[in-house]
Amino acid sequence: MIDPRFTVHGASRLLASGALSSRELVAFFLERIDRWNGQVNAMIAIDRELAFESADACDAMRDRGEAESPLCGIPIALKDNLCTRAYTTSCASRMLENYVSPFDAHVVERLRQAGAILIGKTNLDEFAMGGSTETGIFGPSHNPWSSDRTCGGSSGGSAAAIAAGFASGSLGTDTGGSIRQPAAFCGVCGIKPTYGRVSRYGLIAYGSSLDVAGAFAHDIEDLALILQCISGHDPRDSTSLDVPVPDFQAEVKATRAPLRVGIIREHLDSDGLHPEMRQALLEAIEVFRSSGATIVDVSLPHTKYSIPAYYIIAPCEASSNLARYDGVHYGFRADKTHSVGKESPLEEMMESTRSEGFGPEVRRRILLGTYALSAGYYDAYYLKALKVRRMIRNDYDAAFENVDLLLGPTTPNAPFRLGEKVNDPVQLYLEDLFTVGANLAGIPAISIPIGRNGDGLPIGMQLQAPPLQEGTLLAAGYQFHRESGYQPTLPDMDGMKS
Amino acid sequence: MNGTSLQYRIVIGLEVHVQLATETKLFCRCRTEFGQPPNTQVCPVCLGLPGALPVLNEQAIALASRAGAALHCEIASFTKWDRKNYFYPDLPKGYQTSQYDLPICANGYLDIPVGIEGGDSIDDAPVSQRMRKRIRILRAHLEEDAGKSMHDEHAGRADSRIDLNRAGTPLLEIVSEPDLSSAAEAKDYMTEMRLIMVYLGVSDGNMQEGSLRADANVNLHIDRDGTTVATPIVEIKNLNSFRAVERAIEFEVERQKSEFLRTGLTKGQVPKQTRGWNDVLGQTELQREKEEVSDYRYFPCPDLVPVILDEAYRDRARQDAAGTPTYYRDQLIETHQLRAADAEVLIQQGRDSVEYYLALIANGATAKRASAWMLQDILRYLNDKGVSIGEYPIQPPKLAQLLKSIDGGRVDTSQAKQALTLLLEHSDWTAEQSIDALGIVRVDDSEMDTLCDLLLSENPDVVEKVKAGNAKAVAALVGQAKKRNRNADPRVVQELCLKKIAERS
Repeated sequence: MIDPRFTVHGASRLLASGALSSRELVAFFLERIDRWNGQVNAMIAIDRELAFESADACDAMRDRGEAESPLCGIPIALKDNLCTRAYTTSCASRMLENYVSPFDAHVVERLRQAGAILIGKTNLDEFAMGGSTETGIFGPSHNPWSSDRTCGGSSGGSAAAIAAGFASGSLGTDTGGSIRQPAAFCGVCGIKPTYGRVSRYGLIAYGSSLDVAGAFAHDIEDLALILQCISGHDPRDSTSLDVPVPDFQAEVKATRAPLRVGIIREHLDSDGLHPEMRQALLEAIEVFRSSGATIVDVSLPHTKYSIPAYYIIAPCEASSNLARYDGVHYGFRADKTHSVGKESPLEEMMESTRSEGFGPEVRRRILLGTYALSAGYYDAYYLKALKVRRMIRNDYDAAFENVDLLLGPTTPNAPFRLGEKVNDPVQLYLEDLFTVGANLAGIPAISIPIGRNGDGLPIGMQLQAPPLQEGTLLAAGYQFHRESGYQPTLPDMDGMKS
Repeated sequence: MNGTSLQYRIVIGLEVHVQLATETKLFCRCRTEFGQPPNTQVCPVCLGLPGALPVLNEQAIALASRAGAALHCEIASFTKWDRKNYFYPDLPKGYQTSQYDLPICANGYLDIPVGIEGGDSIDDAPVSQRMRKRIRILRAHLEEDAGKSMHDEHAGRADSRIDLNRAGTPLLEIVSEPDLSSAAEAKDYMTEMRLIMVYLGVSDGNMQEGSLRADANVNLHIDRDGTTVATPIVEIKNLNSFRAVERAIEFEVERQKSEFLRTGLTKGQVPKQTRGWNDVLGQTELQREKEEVSDYRYFPCPDLVPVILDEAYRDRARQDAAGTPTYYRDQLIETHQLRAADAEVLIQQGRDSVEYYLALIANGATAKRASAWMLQDILRYLNDKGVSIGEYPIQPPKLAQLLKSIDGGRVDTSQAKQALTLLLEHSDWTAEQSIDALGIVRVDDSEMDTLCDLLLSENPDVVEKVKAGNAKAVAALVGQAKKRNRNADPRVVQELCLKKIAERS
């Protein structure tokens, strides 16, 4: 059984009972960060003073009986593409290395209002573009279960921070799988909510029509607590949904009619799916079956087009979203002392800034998007991708006519070795096969740990539900963990392979 | 070939950028006030800071659809936002949020008066016969303005500063078909466009502050050996006064003419040119030549949702667009029979002045007298004081009262003008009080009765004439009445005398 201090609900109960103070909890995590972050590299910024200050404030509130939120006094880590006034928000890019936002992201505001402690910022792929948290300026994050392995990405730092026990919960962002894949690789739970369920205000855009902020935690109860806090309408984001937010705590434990679970054939029968992963999933399916669920085969026939569609749409939006980083107004500006071409000094400055300020993966995606949006290519690429996106949504709509949720793998393989795919973008992109569909369709999805492979590396299972049915996902995940007897555990950090 | 024998037609299309009179910007709540210190009306959204997101200002949709309705456009039931991507230092996001393939308004027109200048014969013609030229409008779309770059390159140091107060201000870009065929027409089009926008509250129309700017696409269609050839199209950017529009096009026509005579080059043989207008030197100057249209990589803005305008909303826009200058011209000329030239002077004064005039009539003043007073006394006052009609101290009912007392013979015109002066000095006085203050007192009824009896007995010839059917003969008594009592009301004298004659017969 995991030390209750590691989980949100565990620590929250300890705080409420007076057995633990928030200051003690902060000290507990900071000590672990001091000890092991050097080898994990999940945290890229921490502020002790701020953490203790906030902890003391929470303890005082609790003494006065004013601590209402279960997140009050709980340390939460934030992916470094979520704007914070208290920390720089770098996107792990040279471009924003020293950038301090004048405002907090909506999700950060919500956490602060609940009294959560912003213990630090976590590592990511530069501008959230990648699946291994190794393209940013802070160097790679390492998987706490095996130091030579990736923790996934792009929210790898936030996933690894939970696995390593550096914070009770963390926030990440998911554009094509950037929460679910690292959750699977690090053996933790991660949720990508419905597009629009959580405001994007202050989430530094990568692919605006796909981006959504979500959470990592050790278990489903914790996910529900954090999701509860960050969900809801925000008038500052025009795509934020103005719909009621259910009580996710209640949803998790509510008695439900037996679930109808759809097995995505295209995912489970995929050639790329590692046999060990398939075996673990088959066992997971049996757990559902034995708990009374109806298991149905479903088809998402356009699955194979999801990667190409995603890798057109996301870069197209990125090429425009990242145009603002030109060295004129803020952020990195190249020293323009070299070459004197025919261009104006201004154009030269902008060009050098963007060449030097962005890393290769970001430049690659900007170029891809710029190309695909260009006159003469727009119809063949961007417009076509939008049509495919519509078909993929239709696939999901059809599937959800018969089932409550869809089950499948989160990733084709266990975490790969650091450096293995960073220079092979296509191989890396193919790792997103199972996750991009939910972003293209805008539906909610979670990844939960279901076991380990022969090397002791975590295996994740992905559950997807119709729009706004996060409650169904959480309930199913909770039920699965209970039935399967799953207990969150932490890797032996001292014995971490390196 | 020589210049004097060159037969050609001028072809002009205008893109007019109208700054909408919203209080706040198109996608954030920063104020749009002009002339504030640099970068004081900015926020994360209009600065394009990472993580900031746009939220539509619905007032801009209301104003744009109203403008579109006034220009007889179809108002879209579904319109959306697109990003126009290009790099420029005063464009903080690296793209401009605009509308590409589904503009809010399309397919309209604007009628411009033809020959309004110096065309007395036209101005005096009945409205149905007045010459108007219809300029088709291709589309009108909403977009956000960019900021302002200021370059100070003195002392060899290139020092550039950027003010983003203007960034994100809503603009309506109105694109005409190339239906304009002279610099004067272009100027008239722009003038009428401004008037419409100001009448409907769509824009403050302040030219000095850049609330109306135009780009003109100009070329010539020249007869050459029985066929028509076109000179290369030139786009003249950023014309921000009526005079600049007119002068720039006049200059450009001459330039293209001599260029054609010199080179013989036609459209398609040289890249499209963009030229700027140098107001000081009075010439257009080459800015850039582009081989092909810039690739702005337009695509739908994923941060904004499409705008749906239902039938009721579009109807409302059309209702809000009812008070156009054309509507008021018809009122003045058709309903109140003003001379076209007089009506136009009043129309150009603005909607409030016209409304003031109409209020005079509604309060019983005659159309003719009201227009004479509006165009002379009131305009002179407003010009002298440099104030608008809204600040004129006398409200229409009071002035109408004064005008009626002229019609009724209570005072004559010169007395009324003296009374007006008093009214301007004493805001709390009634028209009657100011007349009284001039020493013009109302003669009581019995006194008038006695006076009329006396006049009739002294002038039997007049009585006979009236009896014979010539009622107008009674006017001869007015002068005599005035001699006996200067306060005698001519109208009362006439009416009373006629009544008494009728009673006697």
